[in-house]
Amino acid sequence: MAGVWVFAETVDGTPKPVVLELLTKARSLGDTTAVALGPGASKSTGELAKYGATKVYVHEDPAFREVLATPAVELLARLIEKDKPDLVIFGMTYDGRDVASRLSARLGTALIANATDITARDGSWAVVSAMFGGSVLVTTVPRAKAPTLVLIRPKAVAAEPAASANAPQVETLTDPIDNSKPAARVLRRETEKAGGPKLEDAAIIVSGGRGLGAPENFKMLDELAAELGAAVGASRAVVDAGWKPYAFQIGQTGKTVKPTVYIALGISGAMQHTVGMKGAKTIIAINKDPDAPIFKLADLGIVGDVQKIVPQLIQEVRSRKGK
Amino acid sequence: MNVLVCVKQIPDPNAPGKLDPQSKRLVREGVDVVLDPGDEHGVEAALQLVEKDTGEVTIISMGPPKAMDTIRRALAMGAHRGILVSDPALENSDALSTARAIAAAIKGQRYDLIICGTESTDGSSGAVPAQLAELLELPLLSFAKKLDVADGKAVIQRQTDDGYDVVEAPLPAVVTVTGGMNEARYPALRGIMQAKNKDVKQVGLGDIGLDGQAGKAALTQEVVEATPAEARKAGEVVEDKGEGAKRVADFLKELKVI
Repeated sequence: MAGVWVFAETVDGTPKPVVLELLTKARSLGDTTAVALGPGASKSTGELAKYGATKVYVHEDPAFREVLATPAVELLARLIEKDKPDLVIFGMTYDGRDVASRLSARLGTALIANATDITARDGSWAVVSAMFGGSVLVTTVPRAKAPTLVLIRPKAVAAEPAASANAPQVETLTDPIDNSKPAARVLRRETEKAGGPKLEDAAIIVSGGRGLGAPENFKMLDELAAELGAAVGASRAVVDAGWKPYAFQIGQTGKTVKPTVYIALGISGAMQHTVGMKGAKTIIAINKDPDAPIFKLADLGIVGDVQKIVPQLIQEVRSRKGK
Repeated sequence: MNVLVCVKQIPDPNAPGKLDPQSKRLVREGVDVVLDPGDEHGVEAALQLVEKDTGEVTIISMGPPKAMDTIRRALAMGAHRGILVSDPALENSDALSTARAIAAAIKGQRYDLIICGTESTDGSSGAVPAQLAELLELPLLSFAKKLDVADGKAVIQRQTDDGYDVVEAPLPAVVTVTGGMNEARYPALRGIMQAKNKDVKQVGLGDIGLDGQAGKAALTQEVVEATPAEARKAGEVVEDKGEGAKRVADFLKELKVI
């Protein structure tokens, strides 16, 4: 049976949501090992097993949290050399991307990014990736020695606990982590979190783009979101312009969301953005440009001025809720 | 301070990309090519650093001979010199070959900082900067929204899911910049004229000692199928004549959101 590894990013012992998605995919492909690194990682083993890991490597050195990528690459390279897995799956996250890319250069192996699915094919792998904002699906096969490294986009796979899960075999590592090389060190962490539901988990998202005209107009979105119990998101254009912090960004760089309802206000629908939201069950768009690509995705599109329509919409929603 | 900026020539992102169904490659014929807008922020960041200090900005690109235009564009913005890695054997390279080619082309040259965009606007894998950092054994400061260099160190604000981390690395280092870092300057006519006379060295795989070790000879992966994704069906698009908000509210009611 193929050896499939999952790079299990954890925060204080809790696996990131994408890790459970990766495990769900991994266990359908082979015997699944999770690699959980950093302080608190040992607390994650039960959850990792629930989603399909039969073995978990744990290493709790603080360097995995304080230094970007390089300690994880060092350790993974060593473990891969020893166990020779066939496939190593990472989430397409900030850290996942750095670690997988460095590792591919270290090992000289294939790195396939933006993946949405992996299947076994001819004793190897076929990886489906979304290109051009998800409008084209390409299938890529590795042509280098194992392991194949794959970066899977968050929310590409629905996380489901395994039908049966046994206590995993946990191997706790204590090998010294080389801290002498020049490295990128985290000095401090800043949070710019919004109130209300988290974007990644929200059932309803109200998202704004350049069409809002000015940063202060996001207040309307906050108001509408509060009425709907929705989370607020933003396009890269407005995040780049400094209207909203990065934590709000939806798209290729930023968050991938899959809400029940996505309301795009003043967003043109550049591929960069749509790749992060086209999985929404229902899309509503308001934009003044009738040719905006967002209308090709929207279940309901209104061609008009968001600055005029949104305040009216808030009133309409309020009056309906009053009934 | 000497800064190297990696840039890529891409099909105009305003014209949606197409794959050739036969070759599974990007259709390049008849499509305008431009300097990746993400890389313009890298060029701008480098120019601001040397303007504050001293030193030069070198632009490097791997691509077909036409990618020279992209280097000239960055030179017109104010960069000092360029390197174009171009070789028929590099056609259709994967990210790792690109990183190897860039690493080999700058061998023996000393840069304090290597700046890249976080990812290309066309391929979006974002692998090359980290691969380059690994090959050069340098720290990588990725997803930078803000970059400061002082006392032999670079400090960035690195984008995270909830905000940002402040991350520091000693020089030399590789940095990837996000679009939010700066407003890229537009080349002035004077800059465009001067760019024509700036030094751009063109090298092939043989010149950088990589014959048979990059490009076609060293492909790690191959695209074997390309199919259009099942498109979402566009729904109804209506023009707002005062009833737009009501339509949306009705729809939200139908969806049981309210």
